[in-house]
Amino acid sequence: MTIQVLMPALSPTMTEGNLARWVKKEGDTVESGDVIAEIETDKATMEVESVDEGVIGKILIEEGAQNVSVNTPIAVLLEDGESADDIQADSGNNAHAGNIPCAPVSDPADAPSATMSTEIAAQPAGAVVENRDILYAQGTVIEPPPFDEATFMAEGTVEQTVREALRDAMAEEMRNDDTVHILGEEVAEYNGAYKVTQGLLDEFGDKRVIDTPITEHGFAGMAVGAAFNGLKPIVEFMTMNFAMQAIDHIINSAAKTLYMAGGQLGCPIVFRGPNGAASRVGAQHSQCFASWYAHVPGLKVVSPWSAADAKGLMKAAIRDPNPVVILENEIMYGQSFDVPTDPEYVIPIGRAKIEREGSDVTIVAFSIMVGKALEAAEKLAEQGIDAEVINLRTIRPLDRYTILESVKKTNRIVCCEEGWPFAGIGAEIAALIGEHAFDYLDAPLKRVCASDVPLPYAANLEALALPQTDEIVHAAKEVCYQ
Amino acid sequence: MGSKANKKASKKADLNAVSNVSPQPSQEEMLALYKDMLLIRRFEEKAGQLYGMGLIGGFCHLYIGQEAVVTGIQSVQEPQDTVVTTYRDHGHMLAQGMSANGVMAELTGREGGYSRGKGGSMHMFSEEKGFFGGHGIVGASTAIGTGLAFAHKYKEDGGVAVAYMGDGSANQGQVAECYNMAALWKLPVLYVIENNQYAMGTSNARHAAGQLYARGAGYGIPGEQVDGMDVFAVQAAARQALDYVRSGDGPYILEVMTYRYRGHSMSDPAKYREKSEVDDMKSNRDPIDAIKEAMKEAYDVKDEDLKAIDKEIKAIVKESAEFAQESPELAPEELWTDVLVEVE
Repeated sequence: MTIQVLMPALSPTMTEGNLARWVKKEGDTVESGDVIAEIETDKATMEVESVDEGVIGKILIEEGAQNVSVNTPIAVLLEDGESADDIQADSGNNAHAGNIPCAPVSDPADAPSATMSTEIAAQPAGAVVENRDILYAQGTVIEPPPFDEATFMAEGTVEQTVREALRDAMAEEMRNDDTVHILGEEVAEYNGAYKVTQGLLDEFGDKRVIDTPITEHGFAGMAVGAAFNGLKPIVEFMTMNFAMQAIDHIINSAAKTLYMAGGQLGCPIVFRGPNGAASRVGAQHSQCFASWYAHVPGLKVVSPWSAADAKGLMKAAIRDPNPVVILENEIMYGQSFDVPTDPEYVIPIGRAKIEREGSDVTIVAFSIMVGKALEAAEKLAEQGIDAEVINLRTIRPLDRYTILESVKKTNRIVCCEEGWPFAGIGAEIAALIGEHAFDYLDAPLKRVCASDVPLPYAANLEALALPQTDEIVHAAKEVCYQ
Repeated sequence: MGSKANKKASKKADLNAVSNVSPQPSQEEMLALYKDMLLIRRFEEKAGQLYGMGLIGGFCHLYIGQEAVVTGIQSVQEPQDTVVTTYRDHGHMLAQGMSANGVMAELTGREGGYSRGKGGSMHMFSEEKGFFGGHGIVGASTAIGTGLAFAHKYKEDGGVAVAYMGDGSANQGQVAECYNMAALWKLPVLYVIENNQYAMGTSNARHAAGQLYARGAGYGIPGEQVDGMDVFAVQAAARQALDYVRSGDGPYILEVMTYRYRGHSMSDPAKYREKSEVDDMKSNRDPIDAIKEAMKEAYDVKDEDLKAIDKEIKAIVKESAEFAQESPELAPEELWTDVLVEVE
């Protein structure tokens, strides 16, 4: 029986890759451990080793092929006594994987894979408000800062991945301001553990793109000191899970100092990294920290979904004179969207975006959940329910106005997040609705969250624990009494 | 920096030696040091008094006994240098040239305080004077100081960051993390361990393995132990250490052996040490008495001259106490200001 060599998944979130080069050709004999091909993922070029011994009977995917899905057969290996003729006989058989065993990867359909439409739903005009931060702290509902997204989109866009948008935003701001620099684990020579900082070392050199030791508490505190002394650091955490080591400096040193100094010493700094679940990486690498950071006065917290969000929010964060936490999402890094080309496309922090207008139910989401909410909205539309989807973009200060105006219109709301329910963002929104829109509700609010357990590794349990599109559909129907 | 560092990494102070610093400081230099130390002493005594009267609240960590440390080091700093320390910070602020009025009014929580009353004893800052706090989390000052140094190097402004910590801080993980980064990148930072023998109530012998000044050795950071009750010894060691750091050789560790006369904070009865131990330090090792004697011996300074200085210092402290009580409290609406720098 011939052995099929399958396109391997080389990272937890890889769904496809390019077959960069065949190292072996048809007729070559290979032993286990021999490099047979090079695969280019969105993060790196990796070598594929053969697991079995045999002769390369047939190459199924040509060198240079792009976007080959994980688990696609790429070659056939012949064992002793087999010939190329056996390949035909075996076709259709479910041969065992001839290379690195593949983990089931998340279904690309989980999030919109095609470039999102550039059409924009009507947005609140917004208003310039003096003492906005003070009013916000006092719990006031204020119109968000003005922003004309539609014009930016109409003036020209380019299709980019979230990863590229984040990188370009940092590079543009580094060109504008030479106090801006980035430090973190593997940000320089490795080009970023998730390739978000690709190319930055080449352009800006090792003075401004700095590989740190694995020492989160130390380098976060060091960056805070540098920010006090006139620099604008961007601190990359390889994942936000590791920032728990550094959270003392993020909160006690960065967030509180302006207040403790009576306003005379600020801390312009960005803390960023992938947040929430990736794919099958287990409980310690899969936590959403939105409600942790959003709890803290003195911090701003943003969480982009699309590449446009990523570009505009990253630029806003770097330009902001306050400490800003950017909660990114690893699964979103490889997804493409239209991004305005205007370098002044800077999304005001504190402003949500209505991604889809609707009249029957409001669905609030941030980060990866926005895509699931939009999918849910499509499914709901098929069932006659017209959902409005709000992409929060900023977690703190929360755009209370846009949420409340939507609920006043739809009278129903579902809050989605990948974090745990207790004291989560959904809980905060529930309080907001209870305080300001109680009389507008036609049904109790529903939350769609991660299950209240550490995230399991097992594929079936992980899928159960994470909030899925169908749960949003279900919750929306419930609040619509359908 | 190999051999140079290694040679220095085993320098332990002889705490019973009389300092024999050459060249001997001039009379003016000695008087300046005396004045600076006395201001801290009198200021702290007044702060203790106001605390007892209920005019200062919360935690209040006095620096009495440790005056020679910050005074000696500050005296050889350059204007572009920056300083960061822990919560026992009043002395550091006065040494950096921050006003007694501003510090005392912060202790009483008034508008005239450096943080307008929002920071308190442990949290004061002055960018103008190069003082970056005042940090209440043990160990934080080392990381922040390392960052100040990172910025000095980045900006190429010739500055050195002086990062103070206590002997208790020296056990924090982030201190080791910072030693590593500072040595790796040759950051211009002078780490000063003010070893006052007790991490709150736990003595050195019970909390620290090995010698604190030698803990940088594995990273190639020279370390030195200095008698912190002798301001000339501190000054001489700091001058050498700052030269080393400023020349681009990387960080340096000074472990300054000192002693606090008061408890850890105002509420600490200090039952973990014998009264005789405290009395002995006060009677035989007091840094202010020591410099007084040295001045009399070297320059025939008269008691009358010193009395005039005492009077001057007393007046500054008295005025600060009055200012701190007269300065108004912040208006209630100030509760909400200074959380964020307004952007729009």
